[in-house]
Amino acid sequence: MLLIPCPWCGPRDDAEFAYGNQAHLARPADPSATTDAEWAEYLYFRDNPKGPFAERWMHAAGCRRWFHVVRDTNSHAILQVYKVGEWPDPAVLGGKELS
Amino acid sequence: MAEAGRRRGPTGKPRYSIFALARNALSYHENWQAAWRSPEPKPSYEAIVVGGGGHGLATAYYLASVHGMRKIAVLEKGWIGGGNTGRNTTIIRSNYLWDESAAIYEHALKLWEGLSQELNFNLMFSQRGVITLAHSEHELKEMRRRVEAIRLNGIDTEVLSTSDVKKLVPIINTDPGIRWPVMGGFIQRRGGTARHDAVAWGYARAADDLGVDIIQNCEVTGFLKDATGAVEGVETTRGTIRSRRIGCVAAGHSGVLAALAGFKLPIQARPLQALVSEPIKPVIDTVVMSNAVHMYVSQSDKGELVLGAGTDSYNSYAQRGSMNIIEHQLAAACELYPIVSRLRVLRTWGGIVDTCPDASPILSRTPVEGLYFNCGWGTGGFKATPGSGHVFADLLAHGKPNAIAAPFGLERFQGGYLIDEHGAAGVAH
Ligand SMILES: Cc1cc2nc3c(=O)[nH]c(=O)nc-3n(C[C@H](O)[C@H](O)[C@H](O)COP(=O)(O)OP(=O)(O)OC[C@H]3O[C@@H](n4cnc5c(N)ncnc54)[C@H](O)[C@@H]3O)c2cc1C
Ligand SMILES: [Zn+2]
Repeated sequence: MLLIPCPWCGPRDDAEFAYGNQAHLARPADPSATTDAEWAEYLYFRDNPKGPFAERWMHAAGCRRWFHVVRDTNSHAILQVYKVGEWPDPAVLGGKELS
Repeated sequence: MAEAGRRRGPTGKPRYSIFALARNALSYHENWQAAWRSPEPKPSYEAIVVGGGGHGLATAYYLASVHGMRKIAVLEKGWIGGGNTGRNTTIIRSNYLWDESAAIYEHALKLWEGLSQELNFNLMFSQRGVITLAHSEHELKEMRRRVEAIRLNGIDTEVLSTSDVKKLVPIINTDPGIRWPVMGGFIQRRGGTARHDAVAWGYARAADDLGVDIIQNCEVTGFLKDATGAVEGVETTRGTIRSRRIGCVAAGHSGVLAALAGFKLPIQARPLQALVSEPIKPVIDTVVMSNAVHMYVSQSDKGELVLGAGTDSYNSYAQRGSMNIIEHQLAAACELYPIVSRLRVLRTWGGIVDTCPDASPILSRTPVEGLYFNCGWGTGGFKATPGSGHVFADLLAHGKPNAIAAPFGLERFQGGYLIDEHGAAGVAH
C-alpha cells in the first residue's frame, strides 16, 4: 500500500491514483525519421530499476492532475514529489541526471 | 544395495513408490534420502541457468535429459521455488487465441499430462477443467469466436450456457440482476491445477539425478564478457563461475539481470497478489475465472479457496501489493459466490511478475553472444513451466530457436510481429 502525497490534495491512498509509469519520456521529434530500433525503444522499452524510479501519477479520484514521484521500487519509499515541468533531484536518483 | 526396477541416475537416488513409502514407514520416515544434493559451485560449467524457479529447473532438467549435457548448474539467489513458482495460483490451461501461443502452451499441457510419471514425483496434476465466464453480450460473442479459433488449433474447448455453468459450479450466483451477471462462458476440460512446490521439487530432484548442480543462496551479481563481448561467466555471491552458455530465467528480476548484462528488456516488474480463505469442505471442483471482474477461484486439496486477481498498477520489487486489489477481488467473490461472504481470509501474499507489452513471453538470444533470456511470462507462466523449460533448453543447446520458440524472440518488438494476448487472455493466468 502506498500513501502518495498529491502536490495539491496532500497524502492519499494509492487506490485514488492512476499510474503513468516512467517519467520524462520524449516522443521522437520526427517519428518517420527514426529507425525501427529507435521506434521500438520509444514504444516498448521502459526503465525498470530496482531502486529509485522517476514516475508519473495522476490523482484520478481527486484533483485529476498529473505529477511526478521518485519512488524506491524495492522499499516503496517515496523520495520526492514534484510537478510537471520540474526535474528530479539527481541525489535522490542516486546521482542520475535526467534533464 | 541395488534393487530391481529402480531407476538410478549418476547420484543413485531410489525411486519414489508405494513400496518405498511402506519401507520407509517401517523406519518412521527417518531414512528418506535427500531429494537433491547441495554441492559447492564448480569453477566452470557447460551451461548455467540463472534462477531456480520451475522454468529454470525444467530448463536444466531438459538440458540433461534431452540434450545429454552433464555439467550444468542452476544458480538461485534464495531457495528453489521461492519466487513465483511457490506463489502462484497454479492454473493450467492452453486455450490461448493466437497460433504461436497455442503452440507453446499446448506443448506444455501435453508435457504436464505425463510429467508426474516422467519425473517420478507426484505433481498432483488435476485436470479439473478451467471455466472462463462471460458477463456481457459482447464478451459472449467474442468468446464464441475465440473458442472456434482455439479449436482450429486442435485444442479442446467448449462454449457453456449459464445453466451449463450452474451445473458445473452450483455455488455460483446466476441471478441476472447482479452487476456482472453470468451470461455463459467457455471451458477447457483438460485444464486444471498442479501442486506448485512439487513442480520445483520434482524437476530439481530429477535434474540432480542427472548430475545437475543446484546451487541455492547464490545470487548472480554480474556477467563476465570476453574481448569480443561474448559472455564467459557470472559473478555471484559465491564467487566467479564460468560458462559460455548462460540462460537467465529470473521472472520478476529479469530486468535487473538484463541491466547487469548491459541491455534493456521491454519488461516491467509488477506485484501480483493472491489469497486463500480458511479451509472448508469441498464446494468447487473446477477452476472459474472472470476477466470482467478480475477474479478467479479454485479450491485446494486442503480445502482453502484460492483467489487471484489482476496485477497492481505500479512497478515494484517488494513482493507485496496494495489493499484495494484485495478489496476489489473479495467484493467480486462475494457477489459471484455469496456463500463465501462469511469466510475469513487466511493469508494474502504477492509475487513480482515480469509483464511484457503483448502479454507474451520472451525466449530469445540477446545482444550478448552466449546469453539467453526466458522471461516475460508475467501473470501466467506456471502453466507453461514444462513447455518453457523444454523449448528453452533446445534454444540453449543449439544456439537458435526451434519452431515453437522462434516467434517469441526479442526481434518481434522491432519487426512489429507482436503476439498480442492481452485481449485474448485478460487476466492471463
Ligand atoms: C500471485 C500469483 C499468481 C499466479 N497465478 C498463476 C496461475 O494461476 N497460472 C499460471 O500459469 N501462472 C500464474 N502466475 C505466474 C507464474 O507464477 C510465473 O509466470 C512463473 O512461476 C514464472 O516461473 P519462473 O520459474 O520463471 O519464476 P520464479 O519461480 O519466480 O523463479 C525465478 C527465480 O529467479 C531467482 N533469481 C532472481 N534474480 C536472481 C539472481 N540475480 N541470481 C540468482 N537467482 C535469481 C529468484 O529468486 C526466483 O527463484 C502467478 C504469479 C503470481 C505472483
Ligand atoms: Zn490531487
